[in-house]
Amino acid sequence: MVPLWMYLAVAAALFSIGVFGVLARRNAVAILMSVELMLNAVNINLVAFWRYSETGTDLLLNGYVFTAFVLIVAAAEAAVGLAIIITVYRNRRSVVPEEARALKG
Amino acid sequence: MELNAISIGFVVFTVFTLGGALGVVATRNLFQGTIWLMVSLFGVAGYFVLLSAPFLAAVQILVYIGAIAILITFAVMLTRSIALIKARYIRTLPNFIASLTLFLILLLGVTIPIFGPHSPESIPEYVASTRDLGAALVDENGYVLPFLLASVLLTAAMIGAIFIARDETT
Repeated sequence: MVPLWMYLAVAAALFSIGVFGVLARRNAVAILMSVELMLNAVNINLVAFWRYSETGTDLLLNGYVFTAFVLIVAAAEAAVGLAIIITVYRNRRSVVPEEARALKG
Repeated sequence: MELNAISIGFVVFTVFTLGGALGVVATRNLFQGTIWLMVSLFGVAGYFVLLSAPFLAAVQILVYIGAIAILITFAVMLTRSIALIKARYIRTLPNFIASLTLFLILLLGVTIPIFGPHSPESIPEYVASTRDLGAALVDENGYVLPFLLASVLLTAAMIGAIFIARDETT
């Protein structure tokens, strides 16, 4: 059996790679892809803790269902985020987030 | 960790997941980046199989690789961002140091509390199946309210995406 901390270590590495992508990439689509990586790291953690926890007599499905809802929210976030990126690109001919500052005071 | 099918699979999926993630943040061509993203998401689906959650693995492949990665591919093609951006990164070194620090903090924070006496000795024999998940999702004592809220969220997101991305000139 693979120990629990290995799953957590891989998830931490994946999350950190995603954080680096969000902070450092200049392209809004690349930033959105890095956000997806971070969400996947969280999903690995949730499923690993669910699998390794003692369920006892009851069937505990919290981790499983939580992961399914994270997937749903990720799908919604990707759809709306990409729609916003396409609209910004249509208006400003750019996908660099620093250049979308029409709301800046 | 003894050598068996599960540990070999773990190593293989680790290579897929982390290699694909590094490809996503490192590649200059965003179209290749979406391919790397698919590789990484496939590795995560493999983890779900190893953790005996086959339904989540199937959903991961269907929703992430089948829908989200294709959606991102369309966004990359619609915005023609490949040729427009010369520099890949901003503030590369401080961001790299910050991410590395975050990784070390996370690693210590998640591994220290579960080492030693608190480490799980063995994984439980019996695990909930997809049938149990389906029953719990529509059980009134289970998750029927979040299930319905998720449906509302998906509908709202779909309508919102169509409304935001609509071309007003046509």
